Amino acid sequence: MIVKALTGSKRYWGWVTILLFLIAIGFTCYLWQLNKGLSITGMSRDVSWGLYISQFTFLVGVAASAVMVVLPYYLHNVKAFGRITILGEFLAVAALIMCLLFVLVDVGKPMRILNMIFYPTPSSMFFWDMIALSGYLLLNIIAGWHALEAEYKAVPPPAWTKILVYISIPWAVSIHTVTAFLYAGLPGRHYWLTAIMAARFLASAFASGPALLILLCYIIKRVSKFDPGREALQKLAAIVTYATIVSAFFIGLEFFTAFYSQAPAHGMYTLKYLFAGLDGHGRLVIWMWAFAILVVLALVLLINPKTRTRDRYLQVACTAVFISMWIEKGIGLVIGGFVPNPFERVTEYAPTLPETLITIGVWAIGALVLTFLYKIAVSIKEEIV
Amino acid sequence: MNDFRYIITGLVLFIVLVTFPLWTRAGKAAPAPVPSLETQAIQQLEEKQCVEGTEYMRANHMSLLEEWRNQVVREGKRTYVAGNGKEYEMSLQKTCLQCHSNKSQFCDQCHNYLGVQPDCWTCHIEPKES
Amino acid sequence: MTTSRRSFIKAGGACLLGLTLWPAVKSFAGNNAGNIENPGAPAGKRWGLVIDMQKCWPKYQEGCRDCFLACRKAHNIPDIADKEEEIKWLWTEPFENAFPEQEHEYIAAGIKGKPFIVLCNHCNNPPCVRVCPTKATFKRRDGIVMMDYHRCIGCRYCMAACPYGARSFNFSDPRPYIKEIDPAYPTREKGVVEKCNFCAERVDLGLVPVCVEACRAGALIFGDLEEPNSVVRKILSGRYTILRKPELGTHPSVFYLV
Repeated sequence: MIVKALTGSKRYWGWVTILLFLIAIGFTCYLWQLNKGLSITGMSRDVSWGLYISQFTFLVGVAASAVMVVLPYYLHNVKAFGRITILGEFLAVAALIMCLLFVLVDVGKPMRILNMIFYPTPSSMFFWDMIALSGYLLLNIIAGWHALEAEYKAVPPPAWTKILVYISIPWAVSIHTVTAFLYAGLPGRHYWLTAIMAARFLASAFASGPALLILLCYIIKRVSKFDPGREALQKLAAIVTYATIVSAFFIGLEFFTAFYSQAPAHGMYTLKYLFAGLDGHGRLVIWMWAFAILVVLALVLLINPKTRTRDRYLQVACTAVFISMWIEKGIGLVIGGFVPNPFERVTEYAPTLPETLITIGVWAIGALVLTFLYKIAVSIKEEIV
Repeated sequence: MNDFRYIITGLVLFIVLVTFPLWTRAGKAAPAPVPSLETQAIQQLEEKQCVEGTEYMRANHMSLLEEWRNQVVREGKRTYVAGNGKEYEMSLQKTCLQCHSNKSQFCDQCHNYLGVQPDCWTCHIEPKES
Repeated sequence: MTTSRRSFIKAGGACLLGLTLWPAVKSFAGNNAGNIENPGAPAGKRWGLVIDMQKCWPKYQEGCRDCFLACRKAHNIPDIADKEEEIKWLWTEPFENAFPEQEHEYIAAGIKGKPFIVLCNHCNNPPCVRVCPTKATFKRRDGIVMMDYHRCIGCRYCMAACPYGARSFNFSDPRPYIKEIDPAYPTREKGVVEKCNFCAERVDLGLVPVCVEACRAGALIFGDLEEPNSVVRKILSGRYTILRKPELGTHPSVFYLV
């Protein structure tokens, strides 16, 4: 089956070459970072996590969202999703590989990363996150691959893979819950110290992940002979709609608690920093307003059935959902949590060029993995058609 | 069989590359290291013995150092009672290097010969050698 | 039985994975947990520090920085000009920054804006220890929150967890920024987090921390909080003291007289 990823059109190889180029640039910058230390990034004493960890956080959500196609298909027998469960699982695989790489590029001593296994520490949420993420990666690789192999040979998948699929459903919820706990359990970070953090994470994950999957399905439909099916996309669109509404609602809840209680311990200053600027610092304001506008736009297009059922509008809506959730979780949440610092001062963060290139490099690795996996899956599905 | 010559070329290249360290160094055996004990501090010792016997230190100094490290950093215990009952402060810089102040002669020779690279010296301070 | 190449590779992969998990299994199942959990010097102790800023300020205004300098020298702390990558063990913050929850409009002029010495609080319930994924940060039996720089992977989770901003990360190699290296104490290296260690290396030898020794005003008082007759306990029972962010449940071991 792997050979299917090694044969393709000129356009396919062109795309792969672009990705390899981006990976090479990112890797070169990473070697530079290894040599100079994280000094070459924009992170500081006060904002000690930046683009890397925020991408990690966002992508855990994308990975967790695979459950949104797996669950309806396996538990509710939604036949329409049968054609695309494999796409959801492979998206999770690519997202998880990016997650692990983002952790690796973020740590100061990557050569010591196995200390997390040599000295396992159950009190640390990072320890559980490692277990949850690597477990979910394995589950998806094994279950996805066997399902595809069965399809290739036109036989039903082995029965034991179904057990793995059932395990993977609560496991998907766990990976994003544990990732939220990384933040929600820290006493001094007001913006993160909220009990609905895990719920917020899951809601935005179930919006951004399926939105990306819809967009990927449109691309596949365009570049191959495989059609994921209109019904599946419309069902996914409904999921994206509900999840986006819930996400926006949860963010509203944060605003209410912060500004009605007026208690600094509920993240009021961070929200002010993010949406209006604090003490003359407002680097993220434009991003957060872009987020707000995109969410409104997406909701208008998604809630209205006339626009949701039109391909063009659905594509715009899904792009808006994906970008807005990326801004909210991939920028605002992690960086915002560090502002103001423990001394109530504002230190701003902006990624540097090498840091951005490394980030793009990791995304390119994810895109490459996804391209290979989708190429295999789509080629097999094309043959069946 | 039209791939035959590619396969053979590939195999030959592979073997050449893998054996690279062997044939470039052939006949050029590095001299066996002779770690030097010639430092002033050691000269002045009445009984020339390390914290443990020479044989033991030769075979186990790395485990001993790791044990010391864990005892000091993690247990807060700083005194080592040697096999012969003598007491030493468990410190690379304050105990070991007081005698073995000739790092390049004493440590590096063997480590280079064996190709091991202990990463002690990114934090611990190398003794100044004259 | 025939073994295909694929199943052989699969089994090999599974075995390899199992090997990487072995240390974890050993550590969970091993019975030597005692030397990892809550280790450290004498049990039944809890080292603490009382800071009397009223005694400090007259000298501070004259330009006295003896405690900072002594600490910097004793621990080979680099002097990095870039505020964003600074390494800080012991420094001052204005009252309203060190104690943001205590600040109000009508605060006494004698307090407002005055510098307060801040450092790691060596919390009795330290969040940094809880979050560390490798036990590189741990609490000793005598209350000192200690770092094992050999083990730190530089994930900076502890920096996110510390509500006191007491932790610094070595964004680059610190050595070029150390003017005079004291060979008696190691430096740190690029990629690890560091912080005040309450001079564990001196406390273990029966000495007081170097900042306490250096202070000519007697503004820093070090002692055992578990010992009812210690000097620190006598001060604490006799005068009103404040703590940094007590509402977070971290139980700091550094107290301030105001």
